[in-house]
Amino acid sequence: MTIAWNEFTPGAAAAGGALIGLSAGLFVLLNGRIAGISGVLGGLLRPSRGDIAWRAAFVAGLVAAPLAWALFASPLQLHIDASPGMLVLAGLLVGFGTRLGSGCTSGHGVCGISRLSPRSFAATACFMAMGFLTVWLVRHLWAA
Amino acid sequence: MAILVSLLIGLVFGLGLLVSGMADPAKVTGFLDLAGRWDPSLAFVMAGAIAVGAVAFALASRRARSWLGLQMRLPANRDLDRRLLAGSAVFGIGWGLAGFCPGPALVALGMGEGKAVVFVVAMLAGMALFEAVEAWRARSHAR
Repeated sequence: MTIAWNEFTPGAAAAGGALIGLSAGLFVLLNGRIAGISGVLGGLLRPSRGDIAWRAAFVAGLVAAPLAWALFASPLQLHIDASPGMLVLAGLLVGFGTRLGSGCTSGHGVCGISRLSPRSFAATACFMAMGFLTVWLVRHLWAA
Repeated sequence: MAILVSLLIGLVFGLGLLVSGMADPAKVTGFLDLAGRWDPSLAFVMAGAIAVGAVAFALASRRARSWLGLQMRLPANRDLDRRLLAGSAVFGIGWGLAGFCPGPALVALGMGEGKAVVFVVAMLAGMALFEAVEAWRARSHAR
């Protein structure tokens, strides 16, 4: 293993992380709910009365975040390396997997670990391990 | 009020993803690539988020109702079942393939990235497929 020192951004990462923790924390304190993106989004596909508006509003806030960002800073450049076919496969797996596993990086990784949920510790260990394994297979074994 | 809170929380959450760099899939796969040139940034995002989140969830766990007077809806399930582990494993594979998880994908969608549109549509299809399988299972159980 070599560390990519030129790409490592611990200050911005911790500051952005604190903002994520602040929003998840305020969400549970104000609305009494877990700020888990897959759950918030997935719940829109299983609509029940009085449950749609806040979910749609949360998603709208996330999608609008780059607009708010553009008021303060120059736009970020994203690097999406995956091919369209790979993005379709990845999207299907992420959508199905997060619903079957009841959460993603936000619901399990941030909220669940913050509330010391044993299920979220197990889920986070599981998706992290599979993420590491998948990138290793694709980048180092397959490509070699 | 709860709807306005949801909008603003979504906005701050998305700004956190942008500030942290995690809206960029290359930043995420840089963390997941242990055998290559490893970028530990994502671990610092998690640490920052959990440090703040842990305080809030400790406060929230002692409350019967939220600050807005709403019912607290925190999961009570503590069982490590097959669905949790299998679902998380499937999610991890998809996360590694593209570098996108749901939050950053929605933020990238807001940046007008064509490839993010492809990913989000496929992700919604995956979620819809899950709902269809659940409905089918419920029907076959009822029979």
